[in-house]
Amino acid sequence: MIEMFDPLKGERLRVLDETGGIVAGLDPGLADAELRTIYERMVRTRAADAKALKLQRQGRLGTYPPSRGHEACQVGLASAMAGEDWLFPYFRDLGMYITLGYPLADYYHLWMGNEAGLKTPEGLNVFPIAIPVASQIPQAVGAGLAAKYRKLPIAIVTTFGDGATSEGDFHEGLNFAGVYRTPNVFFCLNNQFAISVPRARQTAAATIAQKAVAYGFPGVQVDGNDVLAVYAAAREALANARSGRGPTLIEAFTYRMGDHTTSDDAARYRSKEEVQEWELRDPLLRFRLHLAKKALWDEAYEKAVQDAAVEFVEKAVAVAEARPAAVPEDLFAFTYAAMPPELEAQLADLKAFLAEGRR
Amino acid sequence: MIMTMVQAINRALAQEMERDDRIIVLGEDVGRDGGVFRTTEGLFERFGAERVMDTPLAESGIIGASIGMTALGLRPVPEIQFMGFIYPAFNQIVSHVARLRNRTRGRFIVPLTIRTPYGAGVKALEHHSESTEALFCQIPGLTVVVPSTPYDAKGLLTASLRSDDPVIFLEPAKLYRAEKQDVPEEPFEVPLRKAAVVRQGKDLTIIAWGAMVPVVRKAAEAAEAEGVGAEIVDLRTLSPMDRETFVASVKKTGRALVVHEAPKTCGLGAEIAATIGETALLSLNAPVLRVTGQDITVPLPKSEDLYYPGPERVLRAIHRLMEY
Repeated sequence: MIEMFDPLKGERLRVLDETGGIVAGLDPGLADAELRTIYERMVRTRAADAKALKLQRQGRLGTYPPSRGHEACQVGLASAMAGEDWLFPYFRDLGMYITLGYPLADYYHLWMGNEAGLKTPEGLNVFPIAIPVASQIPQAVGAGLAAKYRKLPIAIVTTFGDGATSEGDFHEGLNFAGVYRTPNVFFCLNNQFAISVPRARQTAAATIAQKAVAYGFPGVQVDGNDVLAVYAAAREALANARSGRGPTLIEAFTYRMGDHTTSDDAARYRSKEEVQEWELRDPLLRFRLHLAKKALWDEAYEKAVQDAAVEFVEKAVAVAEARPAAVPEDLFAFTYAAMPPELEAQLADLKAFLAEGRR
Repeated sequence: MIMTMVQAINRALAQEMERDDRIIVLGEDVGRDGGVFRTTEGLFERFGAERVMDTPLAESGIIGASIGMTALGLRPVPEIQFMGFIYPAFNQIVSHVARLRNRTRGRFIVPLTIRTPYGAGVKALEHHSESTEALFCQIPGLTVVVPSTPYDAKGLLTASLRSDDPVIFLEPAKLYRAEKQDVPEEPFEVPLRKAAVVRQGKDLTIIAWGAMVPVVRKAAEAAEAEGVGAEIVDLRTLSPMDRETFVASVKKTGRALVVHEAPKTCGLGAEIAATIGETALLSLNAPVLRVTGQDITVPLPKSEDLYYPGPERVLRAIHRLMEY
């Protein structure tokens, strides 16, 4: 299916039309229960995101990069992943965490300002978020090389924004991947802005997907507000990766509905009209229309899903806030496998200082 | 077995790769070519292209990919062809290699050894002579190692490859073939984080590492002829630093000289001098002195000797210390 949409011709994969109908021939054929699960993950993602913003305003959570508008990208991509696949995320991937089963309490704990939130639970293949832009891309390729070396039939997914495609690490990573035909899926959330700088200032190329052509592997642009399009493209790319058919670049064409982070004010660089236009393309709204068409959605179902999401979120907040604060040992103990004498001395000095009742 | 440092490094890599199939060597020209200094010679033929990878020419990609390999349990040994070309990878090293253990509270560790030749004295092109070890010693989480002999090169590299901490392994290009030494054939470790007193003396302590060790040895021999006994501490691991060994020596001798080829300002000598000031002040008979590279860009080969500390500059500093 990916090969049917040539990024050099400006073609974009879309499965759901504006009314929630399926474009003929492109239905990924998910069972009703799977469709509902995807919707429920999207609702949870939006609720968890809104809660994070609220907590930030109340001073209970630190600077936070909101995910609203990216639910189709995040949930569609992660829903297509298998348990043994790996994720090398960037920093705006809430829906992927929720879908992959990363505890939301841990996710909140991180954004509340504690490294313990980055301690991925055992058995979950999620690398810690990368804040230096694009630096996760060559890392994901290295994991792909390791999977090849170990002959593991798995795929390595990495996510990044449109701004990341200007970084050297994007080029170095995709170039490596092409040379070694690694089992990678490069997923670009092109949300039109890198903080304030528009997509047109990142590249003169007509699409980001077409950059794959120069690296010697397929690229496809998908409608990033269409969860079934994201799912379909991801499923195919992941299957190609797992079976030795090499990497794929997926560009999800979407829009960041919120600010870059809670420290940003997007009204400074984009118009109200533009934002309103994208509100109409809300990924949840479109998928809800699709479910309704299939008689999988009604008001009672919606209420149950929303209530469950609130409960899910509130429980995570309670768990995160009940976590003990870090103690000095936590800060020193993980710099090296074994603490060197100089660090032991600095830790002892800090503890003595605190014991004096000083801060 | 008598061998050069190049052969000692090659032997350590081969033996550890034999022992541990998680070790992957990767970098520019490390495969078919055996490395531009031949440190990886024969590994490609022996272990194959999957374990000895000629990579695209991309230093950040090499280090970034190495990080990703560790997520799946491998222990990569990336080579950066010269220390002067490590800077494109600086973000990967500082923002990820050094931090991953801490920022995930031990969930992800980065057991990789980044090998790179460093230092002047081989009359190389521009950008091939830098000694910027202090940049890496400022980064918590990194272990910075510099051998000064073939024996230490094999033992320290073996220990680095077995370490669960990321190691920046700096190989003094000037010493690659300068000296041959009897090095045991069987694998052995020289412990990390341990300095070595490589020459005994009662009058002053010289602290040096890598290519400066033979230089200060020459100066110490000249001083001996004048009746001055110089003790030499080879730091070997620059970070985390073994402060105890040189502080104990300075407490005995009462005088300290630090010699490094990196620029003086904010060089490691400053940290060593401060440590001595903090812990051995009352043992000192003279201020701690430094003989270092100048605070200038490393010059091209024709002027290299004006930059590089030699035995005569070290001897002059010894005289100053003794006459203080």
